Amino acid sequence: MNVIIITGRTTEQGTLVEDKLTHDYFKSVNYCELNKEDFARMGLKEGDRVRVKTDYGEVVLFARKNVIDETHIPEGMIFIPMGPYANQVINPGTDGTGTPQYKGVKGIIEKTDENVIGIPEILR
Amino acid sequence: MENVTCTFCGAVCDDLYFDGDEFRTKDFCPLGEAKFSRKKRIEYPTIDGKKVSYEEAVERAAEILHNSKRPLLFGWSSTVNEAIRLGVILAEKVRGIYDQCASVCHAPSVLAMIEEGIASGSLGQIKNRTDLAIFWGCNPVEAHPRHPTRYSVMARGLLTKGRADRKVVVVDVRKTVSALMASHFIQVKPGTDYLVFSAMRALMEGYEDAVPEEVGGVRKEKLIEFVEMIKSAKYITILFGLGIAHTRGHDRNVENVIKLVQLINRYTRCILQPMRGHFNVVGAGEVAAWECGFEWAVDFSRGYPRFAPSEFTGVEALLRKDCDAALIVASDPAAHFPRAAVEQLKRIPVIQIDPFPNMTTLLSKVVIPCAISGIEAEGTAYRMDGVPIRVKKVVESEYWSDEEILEKMLEKVLKLRED
Repeated sequence: MNVIIITGRTTEQGTLVEDKLTHDYFKSVNYCELNKEDFARMGLKEGDRVRVKTDYGEVVLFARKNVIDETHIPEGMIFIPMGPYANQVINPGTDGTGTPQYKGVKGIIEKTDENVIGIPEILR
Repeated sequence: MENVTCTFCGAVCDDLYFDGDEFRTKDFCPLGEAKFSRKKRIEYPTIDGKKVSYEEAVERAAEILHNSKRPLLFGWSSTVNEAIRLGVILAEKVRGIYDQCASVCHAPSVLAMIEEGIASGSLGQIKNRTDLAIFWGCNPVEAHPRHPTRYSVMARGLLTKGRADRKVVVVDVRKTVSALMASHFIQVKPGTDYLVFSAMRALMEGYEDAVPEEVGGVRKEKLIEFVEMIKSAKYITILFGLGIAHTRGHDRNVENVIKLVQLINRYTRCILQPMRGHFNVVGAGEVAAWECGFEWAVDFSRGYPRFAPSEFTGVEALLRKDCDAALIVASDPAAHFPRAAVEQLKRIPVIQIDPFPNMTTLLSKVVIPCAISGIEAEGTAYRMDGVPIRVKKVVESEYWSDEEILEKMLEKVLKLRED
């Protein structure tokens, strides 16, 4: 499925930002959040994984549907918390500003049986 | 201790209670509570993973920087101005690049402000005067949790007495938790902020015919209503985040909102406030500007400062393989830079100064632990509105402060240059 990728801060990620080498931090950044309809359309259930691919890289993440009912992610968009997983797929190009494009990157997501790798493995 | 200052986000709250003996907190937000909690620390300095003394680590770091052709000195937004000042001087002496976390954060906004200027005010003015707060592309409930209660939404000010006196609009591509505190939520399509600002400028000036029926996913009638709401407010604050600065268009998006603010000021009063992230990311820019004239992306390789974000930010310098060593202070680029930039960071010798182990620690040759600024070391920081605030030492520590470490490193570098 074609998606627009948005990255950003979450409270959970923020509270663990000085605990980077812990399992809790790993859990706070290794997922993507989808619209409920998209989640159902892809046949996903909690705990399933998706592969996110862009022109700049790919990464396997846990899939979550909107965590709070009153909030809303539009169809065709996914949200990844800022951090090492999101940075595998964002656009490193800066258009001369020196700042990468962390938001609004086009990508593709598909269901996968592959595992989500750990933070030390990302650096290998 | 009363009136403790939190050193997490750019709101730099200075009205908190912290008991340093028991690590007990009162009135902190979840981010501040986590900041003022006991966590795993880097226990001692290391070179290639082997324990060494502070003196040995600093000496080895100085040698790496001195022998490098163009080291990158990056980070700085989570330390105090006194340490940042030494960092800028060190960058000049080793003919390196000074860059700071803004370059992966609000630097496009600063670029736009350099071009256009900014109508600004303090957070106090926002609290006392704002009757229309517009949060555009930011999520303060998760990133600056006390900002709405202390300043921008529920705060009781002199002229605006609280939530009932304020209209609150959230504009975003997704309905965030911050949208739940708003009286109006406007959902725009990703990457269309520039178009929406342009349409609002046209509507402000009465060119309704020039605006199509829908702009960025927003119906024209809704935009007209929004513009009328702005015109009828007495004091508007637009608080904006990386939703504008991190999408395609970067600084041009911010330039357009600045132009909108200039236009609003012909009818009423309006200010703009970027929601800056780390507690002293403003200081990492301001201090560099005092020292060398530029806030970030400064190259000293020719012996004088040159500013070019397209070449001298951390990400650009790494992507181009333009730096052959790195000193990382109070930051974690291995976790927050794009994959391709981290690949280059893995190839060069990295020196890290940080209180906590993080992803950059895993690829660093020299690791120097430090005292936590604002908890174990004092100094000065700039809040997101540019107001300087003293941060306190509230816990005793054996760790050297960033300032002490950098002072010794600078001495060693100067000695190596003499030799």
